[in-house]
Amino acid sequence: MTQEAEIREIASQHAGMDGALLPILQAVHERFGYLPPPTTGAVADVLNLSKADVHGVVTFYHDFRTKAAGKHTIRVCRSEACQAVGAEQLAGHARKRLGIGFHETTPDGRYSLDPVYCLGNCACSPAVMIDDKVYGRVTPERFDELVD
Amino acid sequence: MNSSTSRRRIYVPGDTGARSLGADDVAAALVNVTAVADNGYEIERNGTRGLYWLDPLLEVETASDRVAFGPITPADLDTLLTPDGKPNTQHPRHLGNVEDLDALKRQNRLTFERLGRTRPASLDDYRNNGGYAGLGKALAQSPQDVVETVKQSGLRGRGGAAFPTGIKWQTVLDAEGNQKYIVCNADEGDSGTFADRLVMECDPFALIEGMTIAGFATGASKGFIYIRSEYPQAISTMAQAIETATEAGYLGDDVLGSGTSFHIEIRKGAGAYICGEETSLLESLEGKRGTIRFRPPLPAIKGLFGQPTVVNNVISLATVPIILREGAEFYRDFGVGNSRGTLTVQLAGNAARGGLYEVDFGMTLGEVLNDLGGGTLSGRPIKAVQAGGPLGALIPPQHFDTPLDYEAMQTVGGMLGHGGIVVFDDTTDLGALARFSLEFCAIESCGKCTPCRIGAVRGTEVIDRIRAGENADANRILLDDLCDTMIDGSLCGLGGMAPLPVKSVLKHFPEEL
Ligand SMILES: Cc1cc2nc3c(=O)[nH]c(=O)nc-3n(C[C@H](O)[C@H](O)[C@H](O)COP(=O)(O)O)c2cc1C
Ligand code: SF4
Ligand code: FES
Repeated sequence: MTQEAEIREIASQHAGMDGALLPILQAVHERFGYLPPPTTGAVADVLNLSKADVHGVVTFYHDFRTKAAGKHTIRVCRSEACQAVGAEQLAGHARKRLGIGFHETTPDGRYSLDPVYCLGNCACSPAVMIDDKVYGRVTPERFDELVD
Repeated sequence: MNSSTSRRRIYVPGDTGARSLGADDVAAALVNVTAVADNGYEIERNGTRGLYWLDPLLEVETASDRVAFGPITPADLDTLLTPDGKPNTQHPRHLGNVEDLDALKRQNRLTFERLGRTRPASLDDYRNNGGYAGLGKALAQSPQDVVETVKQSGLRGRGGAAFPTGIKWQTVLDAEGNQKYIVCNADEGDSGTFADRLVMECDPFALIEGMTIAGFATGASKGFIYIRSEYPQAISTMAQAIETATEAGYLGDDVLGSGTSFHIEIRKGAGAYICGEETSLLESLEGKRGTIRFRPPLPAIKGLFGQPTVVNNVISLATVPIILREGAEFYRDFGVGNSRGTLTVQLAGNAARGGLYEVDFGMTLGEVLNDLGGGTLSGRPIKAVQAGGPLGALIPPQHFDTPLDYEAMQTVGGMLGHGGIVVFDDTTDLGALARFSLEFCAIESCGKCTPCRIGAVRGTEVIDRIRAGENADANRILLDDLCDTMIDGSLCGLGGMAPLPVKSVLKHFPEEL
């Protein structure tokens, strides 16, 4: 099945939901790890929306990527509670250790690094999320262990 | 707990917070501890008690008590039990009976009456500990009587705006509509807050019960829970609990044979802070960009898909069951002034004892910070705290005698919001924090109005100039003006409040900018 056919299939499966666009984009994102180029056109077509409508939603939400991500996504919390116990130093360390900036992927495709604004783990700061798992009280040393 | 004498259990907390501190490793290692296996202990996952400086906090259940140990690492496990299988009271991490912990005794847990005491996925644990008694009472009354009870309880919205919950419900009950909705706001975007997550991960049926009561009271047969995508465990725990409740007849076309229909669907957010604002959240639920809607009409009149809609925070809804079970007076008797009941304080950042403190309104900020929280984690003096999330002012120590009360906090320029309090010690660069507030606003702005969209960006530039020493005095005046323009000219609270941290730094800590 082509990528586009698969996207259409995902869209059709969810098309009956109330407010289907967001769940569809999330399902496509989940399947591919990002929203591949045919997404906007295919989803617009299935839901009978304009491409501009779909594009507008894609660009509004921080979760949506339009380029492939690394094998693992590392999200470092940059919000106040984590800042209060060294999140900025940790963010600096993470960039240095991985050799990339925020919103970038390591050349070997292993890690993408993203900022996140609170993980709800603010009594165990600084917090980091790697894929779906959250880590608390992350020191630079602990960060190195996690990515080794 | 209804512990049978023969049963032996060790509880290991399983929420995101305890797991982030290694609780899974502890649970895995416990299996291989000889005294645990030999004495027939079952290993169970409970919710956290919310005392994060003690997590992972283990509880060994005996016939009469649950004996606490914490914080525990796998290396501490070999001596957890005596050879004959009793909790080892000589263990360096032994804390005594969990319910006797000072940190719990000084709280008044109502919304969180079951936190850590039960297994989150267990409907039996929920029912055996007061759960679903409130719904039973509600279904035996008229919807108007239920709304009246919520009004009389004095409950105000815990999501930030503190609007009286009963009055909101009355509007929806009175509104005409083919399909009314209960929308639970579980976007919990404020830094320093995690109470919604605790409900969803540790006591999910409380939220389901609260929403069901809300549906019955207002005539809404459909509920949505909008959960932020940063909370995958809350999403899966809630989904499982909804399934369990449906199978047991607590949700569905005929709730407990009462003829009331109520269904709940979970929707996941997509990483936009602004979608915590209720009209933006409704746009997002409709599958659109999360831009703010003009008001009026109120969501209670024209909300989701144009229908009358209750939008309530997780904590507001999860507090409803105990109010229905125990009565309005019971709840209203706690608290002060127009702030009735309890506030679920979340103490975060540089706090020595960070975690969940559910206390009566009226306790002072200083009592929470020092008596309960133990000051800073670093051991240094507190420079300031930020209460009420990223849009809340920075409060200096001279105001720590302020009681936790919606109105009293306003008189010192602060707010309670969702109950988060973030502690900063004296090494903090408050100028950088003020700048961050506007930077965050620029990142999260929905773009609908100019003061917020443009003002936040300009504001960070002006702060940079002040901090670089360029025309500092003139730029301070400019910054203050810009803040006022944002406060007065923004359509919603993001642009309207993001300048508050900046203004509080200008006022209390001018030398920091
Ligand atoms: C910028 C902004 C963000 C908000 N974020 C949240 C949030 O994450 N969770 C929440 O419950 N309320 C949030 N609110 C408040 C909601 O708009 C709304 O008042 C609340 O959900 C109503 O429920 P309650 O009456 O039970 O508090 C936010 C408000 C603003 C202005
Ligand atoms: S203040 Fe900001 S977030 Fe709120 S409506 Fe205006 S642009 Fe949107
Ligand atoms: S501020 Fe970092 S987890 Fe909440």
